Parts: sequence; C-alpha cells; structure tokens
Amino acid sequence: MTAYLTKRLLIALVTLAVASVVVFSMIEIVPGDPARLMLGMNATADAVQALRDQMGLDQPLLVRYVDWVSRLLTFDLGKSYTYNVPVRDLVLERSVVSLPLAMIALALSTLIAIPVGIFSAERRGRLADTISMGAAQIGVAVPNFWFALLLIYVFAVWLHMVPAGGFPGWSAGVWPALKSLILPAIALALPQAAILSRVTRSAMLEVLGEDYIRTARAKGMPRNVVLWHHALRNALIPVLTILGLQFAFLLAGAIIIENVFYLPGLGRLIFQAITQRDLIVVESVVMLLVAVVVLVNLLVDISYAIVDPRLRTRR
Amino acid sequence: MSLLEIEKLSLNIGRVPILKDVDLTLDAGEVMGLVGESGSGKSMTALTVMQLLPSVAKAKGRVHFDGIDILAAPEPAMCKLRGNKIGMVFQEPMTALNPVKTIGEQVAEGIRWHTRASRAEAEDRARKILDRVGLPAKKFPLSRYPHELSGGQRQRVVIAIACALKPKLLIADEPTTALDVVLQAQILDLLRDLVDENRMGLLLISHDLAVVTEMSDRITVMRHGEVMETGETAPTLSAQDHPYTRQLAQASMHVPARAKIRGTEQPTHDLLQVEAVSRDYPGHRTSLFRKPEPMRAVDGVSFSMKEGQSTALVGRSGCGKSTLARMILALDQPTGGAIRFMGEQLTGRDEAALKPARRNMQVVFQDPYGSFNPRHKVERLVAEPLHTLEKQPQGSERRDLVARALHEVGLKPADMDKYPHEFSGGQRQRLSIARAIITRPKLVVADEPVSALDVSIRAQILDLFADLNQQLGVAYLFITHDLSVARAITDDVMVMHDGKIVERGKTSDVLGNPQSEAAKALVSASPDLRRAIAKRLQEQG
Repeated sequence: MTAYLTKRLLIALVTLAVASVVVFSMIEIVPGDPARLMLGMNATADAVQALRDQMGLDQPLLVRYVDWVSRLLTFDLGKSYTYNVPVRDLVLERSVVSLPLAMIALALSTLIAIPVGIFSAERRGRLADTISMGAAQIGVAVPNFWFALLLIYVFAVWLHMVPAGGFPGWSAGVWPALKSLILPAIALALPQAAILSRVTRSAMLEVLGEDYIRTARAKGMPRNVVLWHHALRNALIPVLTILGLQFAFLLAGAIIIENVFYLPGLGRLIFQAITQRDLIVVESVVMLLVAVVVLVNLLVDISYAIVDPRLRTRR
Repeated sequence: MSLLEIEKLSLNIGRVPILKDVDLTLDAGEVMGLVGESGSGKSMTALTVMQLLPSVAKAKGRVHFDGIDILAAPEPAMCKLRGNKIGMVFQEPMTALNPVKTIGEQVAEGIRWHTRASRAEAEDRARKILDRVGLPAKKFPLSRYPHELSGGQRQRVVIAIACALKPKLLIADEPTTALDVVLQAQILDLLRDLVDENRMGLLLISHDLAVVTEMSDRITVMRHGEVMETGETAPTLSAQDHPYTRQLAQASMHVPARAKIRGTEQPTHDLLQVEAVSRDYPGHRTSLFRKPEPMRAVDGVSFSMKEGQSTALVGRSGCGKSTLARMILALDQPTGGAIRFMGEQLTGRDEAALKPARRNMQVVFQDPYGSFNPRHKVERLVAEPLHTLEKQPQGSERRDLVARALHEVGLKPADMDKYPHEFSGGQRQRLSIARAIITRPKLVVADEPVSALDVSIRAQILDLFADLNQQLGVAYLFITHDLSVARAITDDVMVMHDGKIVERGKTSDVLGNPQSEAAKALVSASPDLRRAIAKRLQEQG
C-alpha cells in the first residue's frame, strides 16, 4: 500500500512540474511582447516598459520561471492587470461559486446515475432498462446550455421558483445563494449523470457475469444482496475513473453554463481574462486548475486502492 | 426415499432442448459420478438442482431434494437451501472468489446469512472449516485476499464455503479440471473425507473417467442431454455394455499407434541444445529502496533433442515448464545459459536474425478458442507463419500451401474460407496444428495441446500428432501435466520441479519406475482408468 501511494504521489508531483513548464512556456510562445499584447497596439512605449518591469520580463527566462513557481508555492498568484487586484483574491471570490456548484452537480449526478445504472443492469433487456438507457442516450446528446435555457424557462420564467440568473453572494444568506445555484447544478449534472449511468450499467453487467457472483448465489444469498454486497464494489473502478474526470470538467469546464446563468465563477474568470489579454490571470488560474485536477486524480488513485486490494500489493 | 431424485427432467432454452428425460438418484453418503463430454448437459443438470439456471431456461419433470419439490420451490425457499443444505463447488478456482473481499468474509457470509449467527460466531466457524480444508490459521488468516492464494488454495476456500454448514448434498462441477494432478489428488481426497465425515451425498461432475472411477460408487453417463447408462461404477466400466460407455472408456485409454522410427535410423546430430539455461523474474518488492530478491523460474536447465524425437516435459503448474518453452521459442530471453537450434545460437539475436529459426519451430497452444483472431479467415490464420520464409508465397501458391496443411490435419481445403467460430474445439486445435506445420518445421512445441479437449476429440488429436511425427519427421516438445499424454506419444520424458529438471529418460522407464520425489508424486497422483477400475472391482466385489 505504501509503495503504491508513494508511487502515485511521485507521479502527481512530476505531472505538476511538467504542467508548470508547459503553462509557463505557453505564455512565452505567444508571438510578440506579452506586455504589448496585454496593453494593445496603441500603448505608449513607456507604458509597455513599465508593465515589462512590473512583470519582470527583462529578466532571464529561468529566473522568471523559478520566481513564478516559488511565488505559486506560497499561493502568491500575482496581480491582475485589468482588475488591479491580487489574482488570489479573484480566485477565492470565484471559487466560492464554482466549488459549491461543481460539488452539488457531482453529488446530483452520482445520486441519479449509480442507482439508475444498477437498476438497468439488473433488468437488462427489459422495458425499464430500455427506457432508462434511452433517456440516458438523450441526456448524452442534448447540449447542456440548451437544457439550461429550458430549465430557466420552466422554473424561473414560468414558475418563478428560482432566479433566472446571477449570484447574490453568500452574504445574502445560504438559501438565496443555493437557490441561484440549483438550476445551473441540474443543467450540469444531467448530461454527466447520463454518461455515468451508462458506465455504471456496463460495469455492473460485466461483473454480474463473473464466476464469483454465481459462487455468492450458490451460498444462498438473494439476488439483490449479491448485487449490492458483491457486484457493486467490483464495478466501482470504472465508475470512479469517470467521476474523477467529471469533477475536473465541472470545476473548470462549467464556463458555458456560468455564462448562461450569469454566474461569477472560475470558468468566466478565465474566459474574461483571455478576452482582456490578462496573461497573469490566465497563467495563474490555469496552473491552479491543473493542480486541482492532479489532486482529484490522486484521490481517485487512492480510492482505487481502497476498493481493490489487488492494487495495494501491486508494484 | 433418496436424498436427490430426478425423474424425467427436460430442459429447454428457447426452442433448443438441452436435457431430455434425465433420471438420476443419489442417496446420503453416496458419491455419484456424472460423466460426459462438453455439451452433454452435466452442468445444466447440476444448475437445475441449484435453480441457478439462466432465466430463459424452462425445466419440466420432477426434481425432489430431501422431500422438497425443487422445480416448484419459490426463490426464497431455494435461497434457504443453497449454501445450507446444498453446497456447490465450481470448475475455475481462479475466478470463483470475489477479489475485493477477504476469504474470511466470504466464508463467514453464508454462515451468518443462514444461521443468523453474530459476526464473531460466524468468523469462529469460518476459521474451523478453513482449518478443516487444509488452510491453517497461521499461514491463512481470515484477512487473506483471494489473489494472495494459489489455485489449489482458492479451490479449498470454495470447498470451505460449500461445506461450511455441513450440507446434505454437495455438487462438484469439474472441481479439479483446472488444477495439476498432485493438487487434484489432494482436493479429491479432501472431498472424499468430507463426504465420509458428514454423510453428504456428492454429485461429482467430470469429463475425466479415471477421476470419476476413483471417486464414485455409481456413475451416470450422459450424452447430448440424455442419460446413456447408469449403474455401479466398476461393473459398468468393466463390462462396457453400452456402446457410448465403451467409446468413452476406450478414448480415455487411447494410445496412438506409432512405428518406432528411432530404432531404425538413429539421427546423429542434435536439433536443439539447451545449456545451463536460467530465467529470473523480478521478485516482490518489499521496500522502495531495497532491490527485490529475484525469483528463479528456470534454474540451470540443460538438455538436447534429436530430429524427429518426441519429448515430454512434465511437471506441476508453476514448475517453470512454460517459461522454458518460451525461451526455446525465443519469445523470452534467458537470464543465463545458451540455447542452440539447428546449430544456430538463439540467445541474444535480434528478430531478423531469428527468422530462419522461427520457420523451423512452431507452437501449438492449449486453448483452441483463444489462439485465433476471430475476425480473420482460416486461409490468413493458417498462412501466418509463411512470412518467415525467404520467398513469401502469394496468391494461388499460398492457397495451395494452406490447402495442403489443412488436408494433412484432416480438414477440407474448402475450410480455408471460413472463420474460426465455425469450427468446434477439436477442429480448431486441428487448425492450430495446420498453422504449426505449414512451414515444414523441424520442431513443434505443444503447450498442453489436448487438455482443453473432450476424451474422444483428444484421442483423435493425439493420433494426428503421432501421424505427423511419422510422416513429416517433426520433433515434438510436449509440455503437459497429464502423464497419459506423455505416455501416449513421447519417446522420452523430462520431469521438471522448482525450475530444475530432476529426472529424465525413456518415457516408459521414468513413468513406470520413477526415482525422484517429484516424479513419484506425479505418477502416484495421476488418475489411471485401468488401475482405478481394478481397484473398484476389488472393493465392490
């Protein structure tokens, strides 16, 4: 187990190091002078030089890289050029929207998908299976922003149950804040649930055909007990893999949904920073998201070892 | 009233009849052997008693167990019987246990379910039954996972699960087919003891007539879903009144006719020389910083083979025989030593330099189902080794070569336009052999080539091997744990144990009068039909 964890941890650290080089050089590869790029074509030479000084662009490449990484390690993400505030504050402010949104969406998707997947696998080829998998097929195919608009039309415009968009901030109270997150969370969760339920179903079907399921039945365990006690845990590995990928997507890839609901999340922060050519924000936030994704993958790897004892002893 | 009574049992899956009017009875403390070839309905009969049939199967007739009408019993009633009054042991121990649960959990689970015992009580009973099946607490604590056990040990766990609650009936479906002969003998001993201790009825399903004869009081012979013959084991098998019983018995004891070529023209030079070959595998790492101790799979093996010679390499599973074969085939590099084939060094050569050697040695694997790409036609599959030739035959020349090879293994040239799934297991093994001989190799390495086949098919394939040895003068290296294969078609035998060759000589000498411990163990554990019938006849008078 220790060997497995050490190896996974090392892999995560190496991934982070490589990613930092890639993100850093992406900014370098951008043709022309980053400072001029940020300021636009009409900027004066003095203004450009001032920004170059501020960004330390005149120093050698390696020095700047080391400097950037060491600042990142102390969670000093630099100062946004357009907002003129520390990027850290921007990130924190946006995370209190994006993080709860991703977590609610993930919880919803898991709670829907796993029971549906198991239910379908158990009734393979019967009417209930056909209906739920047909629904899942539609869920995969429908674009989430269109589904989001539909939700807004029904629940906000028509029923007035929740606001159509915007985020009042947690200072306005937990309930109003949650109310404005619930529709975007559903819009994000349903397509994910559709994918996850199909993965769960096929993983369960594979496991249900295994010899040890027959052994468990020969012990006298009823079908549903065998399903939950023997089959589910074995089917969990592919499900966990997809869950990890989905969390990363929900956190960083919610950009379209954030736009539809006018939510001040991380996705929109990057989107705006790119359109405003605020390279400092782009660089730092992308790196931060990479770190989160690597962390999530590490957690998924650890959960594999918890689920499957064979991985604990593997070299 | 018998413990188990099956009368006029018929079973259909869809419109396909699987069983027809099967009759079978079994008393407490009795061992009934159920024999037949694959597809004869043995396993389906057992699954009917357990009511673990696929949901589309429809059973008719009468199945009574201990006075309970099984076919009419509702599912909750069957759950009460399964694992409690009826236990079942399956063929494949490697996959029969849940990989994510400890053996303790898996044994205790059934006990808790049926007896409503507390966790501690159930674990206590699980410990006792594991001790009983030969898995002592010191080496096999309840916290062990299945992947930490060998095949034989896992089968003991499966038997512990089946026998934990002292069932009245134990059904064992090919319980030893996946194990080597020494393990087989141990598991069969264990089953016999458990039957005697608890007066269980044992329904032993096997395709191996010798195993069934050694174990059972009575046998039932099945074919195509019907019972051919049933009766006391020894009289039934010695009289062989029923033609199918006779066919099975004779196929089991079949020895191909081989003219002795070695006596007349003794070839002088060696075809294959293996000199002090070893192979290490990286061992299990215990620490991140210490280099693991290597595991030595093959340890200083030397031998040579002459042209046209047929040699058996026998040994228990895990003794290193397959690793040795892979190195001879240059599919794996030895850690030390040298292998020469037709005078050419094989070790340390690159793929291009190995081409001439590859065309002169081919291989036949155990599993006739797994060794063909299902999406290719036979012509392409059988022609595969032709790429090792200097001038690669194309078009009609290639088809002629494939047709000749198919003809030589008893298939029709027209078969080359079919796909592998259109052939039966025995026919597929003929295809493997056709593929192996198409380049006219000097040596064919065959890794358990008949152990996945039914007895009558097995007899035919052995005949084919013997025949090709005569016709083409091809030398064989047969890798097997089945001594009857070695006896049937090899001149010499080498016994391998723990990576070393511990005994070698003429097949009849070594197997008739083994000297080493390893060879003695193999010979005494090997089931032999003639010996078993003789023993039974004495016992049953």
